[in-house]
Amino acid sequence: MKPIRIITPTGHLGTTPLEKGSFERGCAQRPDYIIADSGSADIGPYPLGADRPASSEVWQRHDLEAMLVAARKLGIPMIIGSASDTGTNRGVDQYVRLIKEIAAQHKLAPFKLAAVYSEVPVSDLIHRVQAGETIAGLNGRPTADLALLKRTDRVVAVMGVEPIRAVLRDGADVIIAGRSGDCAIFAAPILNAGGGEADAYFCGKAMECASFCGEPFMGKETILGRVDSEGVFLTAMHPAQRCTPASVASHAMYERLNPFREYVPGGFLDMSRCRYEQVDEKTTRVTGQTFVADAETWIKLEGAGKVAERALFILGIRDPYTIANLDRAIDWTKGKLAERFGPVGGTYDVFYHDYGRGAVMGEMEPTPAKSPLEVGIVVEVTCDDAARAEVICHIAAKNLFYARLPDVKGTAGTAAIMSDEVLHARPAYEWTLNHIIKAKDQSEFFSTRFETIHA
Amino acid sequence: MKGGRRAMKPFRVLCPTGHLSFTPLEKGSFLLACGYGPDAIAADAGSCDMGPRPLGADEHVSLEAWQRHDLEVMLLQSRRLGIPMIVGSASDTGTDRGVDQFVALVRDIAKEHRLPPFRLAAIYSEVPVEELKRRLLRRERIEGLCGRPDAGLSILERTDRAVAVMDAEPMRQALAAGADVIIAGRSSDCAIFAAPLLHAGHDPANSYFLGKLMECASFCAEPYMAKESVMGWIDEGAVYVRAMHPDQRCTPLSVASHAMYERPNPYFEHVAGGCVDMTDCVYEQVDDKTTRVRGARFVTSPTYRMKIEGAGFVGHRRIAIVGIRDPDTIRLIDQAVAWARDKVAERFGPDGNSYRLHYHLYGRDGIMGPMEPRPVAAPQELCVVVESVSRDPQVAFEACALGSRNLFYARLPALKGTAGAAAMMSDEILIGEPGYEWTLNHVVMVSGPGDLVRTRHHRIADGAAWGIAR
Amino acid sequence: MKLVELASTIRSKNAGVDHITFDIICRERHNFERVRDSGVLNRASVARLFGIEEARVTDFVVFEPAQAIKFTIRRLRPSGCKGETDMFGSQQYAPLFDVEIP
Repeated sequence: MKPIRIITPTGHLGTTPLEKGSFERGCAQRPDYIIADSGSADIGPYPLGADRPASSEVWQRHDLEAMLVAARKLGIPMIIGSASDTGTNRGVDQYVRLIKEIAAQHKLAPFKLAAVYSEVPVSDLIHRVQAGETIAGLNGRPTADLALLKRTDRVVAVMGVEPIRAVLRDGADVIIAGRSGDCAIFAAPILNAGGGEADAYFCGKAMECASFCGEPFMGKETILGRVDSEGVFLTAMHPAQRCTPASVASHAMYERLNPFREYVPGGFLDMSRCRYEQVDEKTTRVTGQTFVADAETWIKLEGAGKVAERALFILGIRDPYTIANLDRAIDWTKGKLAERFGPVGGTYDVFYHDYGRGAVMGEMEPTPAKSPLEVGIVVEVTCDDAARAEVICHIAAKNLFYARLPDVKGTAGTAAIMSDEVLHARPAYEWTLNHIIKAKDQSEFFSTRFETIHA
Repeated sequence: MKGGRRAMKPFRVLCPTGHLSFTPLEKGSFLLACGYGPDAIAADAGSCDMGPRPLGADEHVSLEAWQRHDLEVMLLQSRRLGIPMIVGSASDTGTDRGVDQFVALVRDIAKEHRLPPFRLAAIYSEVPVEELKRRLLRRERIEGLCGRPDAGLSILERTDRAVAVMDAEPMRQALAAGADVIIAGRSSDCAIFAAPLLHAGHDPANSYFLGKLMECASFCAEPYMAKESVMGWIDEGAVYVRAMHPDQRCTPLSVASHAMYERPNPYFEHVAGGCVDMTDCVYEQVDDKTTRVRGARFVTSPTYRMKIEGAGFVGHRRIAIVGIRDPDTIRLIDQAVAWARDKVAERFGPDGNSYRLHYHLYGRDGIMGPMEPRPVAAPQELCVVVESVSRDPQVAFEACALGSRNLFYARLPALKGTAGAAAMMSDEILIGEPGYEWTLNHVVMVSGPGDLVRTRHHRIADGAAWGIAR
Repeated sequence: MKLVELASTIRSKNAGVDHITFDIICRERHNFERVRDSGVLNRASVARLFGIEEARVTDFVVFEPAQAIKFTIRRLRPSGCKGETDMFGSQQYAPLFDVEIP
């Protein structure tokens, strides 16, 4: 194969702006592709369910602009996966619009853009289930039934390499893809260049979070990846960062249940026999990965649906007696809520996140602090109706202020209110689908549109 | 009540809540108290406690459903017993909007319950900022309190709304004119209770002093309970306060400790026309639930000065909530915050230019800040509330998002957890209420209360309010 | 010795929407071998540490290439549900710091 070199400047385009210094150093290496992932299931079910970006458009534009201008200047393709956090059709269309605006602003010479869509209408899945197709649950989730699909507001299929390989073959200069497997957007051009599946997917897996595969810990810095007949090479572009066997190997297992396998449509990458070697100060070479092909093609489906409206209130407690009796104070307050609104967990729910005492880990906290000096409480109320959530949240917080405990010393309110306001939080969504469905081929759920962009 | 069998029954004032509608009043002790034959029902509905936003934005923070609840409970008893009802600092702010809103609510409630006609006095005390500017141009002084400098034009420019704080006089005059219900703008808390007592012929010392004791309702009793009723009266030169909840008592200790509540000095309470001197007060238990206090004095001020409160818009607020459990990040939290602040500064310049950024570190010193005498070096868990303020909502959003998400990316020495040094409760930027500041905490000289206060009398019949020319 | 003194990285992170995965990585080979060979960390001990049923520990792997031990816990509720406290699962690792390794 001919060697292929890719840079990636950010592990999640748009969350916070990419760092320009190491990106420019990466561009100076004259790479063959600039690639970045712009989405993640990490951001929770809200963006997909509500079909809204989690990132600010200002930062999305910042990163797209840096990448597009560099890619057109170098005359190399640019690939963005999981556009605008969700990879829904809205996300793809939004990024296509931004690309057009940036091209106009910089008066870029005409180029060929491919938009690859991956949203799947819920009604389509309902028809498939009615027709007897199976939507199998991952991680022990049950098979999707009609009730689950009815609770689902929006679904994306996670594309593998094939739809991206196809548009690259057709000459796309800029690819804006819907929801994509993180490593697929890197693997596609490597496969087209004649690389093996094992090296292609491994390179993608190592690069998808950019500088998270280097050390010391840095986010949003550029990484250069190279695949040739000698293996996969990863180089940190930030002057103070290195890719080492330890940093690359430890990233290879990042965010995954099992460190040895990465499942993609059509098979899985086996990393159990990988060898990691330092080849120069900033570069690590990886060899020994294998790919195990599957006879069947399964496509992953992600879906989310709305559960309830949310309202929040922030307060703090410094009184040691109240802190020592916080469970009683919260119980008293919940009792007051139940008197007025019916049982907690009925038409509404209330959560007291008591920071300082085990809020972060909840039931997994092995050593909850018994008498912290200070507790910060975030009161969260969920309810179908936004106005009612606000009313209940107001009382759920204020009554903590008035909680009646015997012997309480501070009689001017047992809680400190940061600011007397109910914060308007976005609604609660749930991940309804984390499932797979059998496909005829890797392209079945995806559609492509080409457009020539003239400044 | 023992005093009730005297030939001259003392005038009793009933207070059901320390801040009308902040949370709903407790009906049980209020209805019990109504059975003891009160002569007036009075409650305060406002406070500076809620910060400058309600005044600056001219919005109430209490829910209208609770305002209505409390007004309804009070109005029905006041009309049933035929006794005056007085509400001061209407709708949290005591602005003209607040007075009008409460008048409308009273009218609605009267209509709903088909109450017989009654007289309502609406007393307004909002001061147009233009009026203050005119005073400044006339070289009249707007004198700063609590070490604040006198107000100049620039501070008035930053003020969106101002109210004058009335004493008892405008409310007393309204009672003298036959008002059954008074809805007053911003008022001294104690004046709301002093007005009916003065109208009944009591002296200012005991009238204001009793108002001071009663204004927070059951906070002057023990054990600690809020929103329960207390009754107060004056008899033979002493004031009496009695807890009405079956499990509460007014004791010398609970009453004296409340007398110093919310005030920098426990001995003096200033109102527009003078000052209550509590230096020589003597507190005694007279029965299980009642405490008597003697010895309050009133010092009439030689000049009539009214307090002015003002507030103005500072910026839009955005909030993010981040939890931290990693002991290294907690130990190095100041560095993590500095890293995040730098990232915001890289984009928008230093804090204070176009934005402000606050980090509330709950678990360390989120409540007391630099006053915390023993900030915990290594709490087990921290809650960082990141709060940004900017006149530009987009800048506020970005500053908050950068300032919180970069805690996640902070590059700290010796960090073991490289998957993010923070836990997002949810990855969202919350929209807070806009930020305001107290621009005015000042006094101005006036010829008398009528200088800044206006009263309108209405007759409420069939739910309609009829203005009566006066 | 405490685990925090032997490991160079101890972290937790979402692995998809239903799991949180924990990585303990030792830069020094001898530290890794000491942690690995002590047998202190296993499915049962991490379940005990976090106070959960062992069945919720879905994976437990010694990952030689990274000189790492990795295990994965199934969440009670998928990430981002109402009441969520740690959207990314990124602050669940701290209790591992104090695990004693002989």
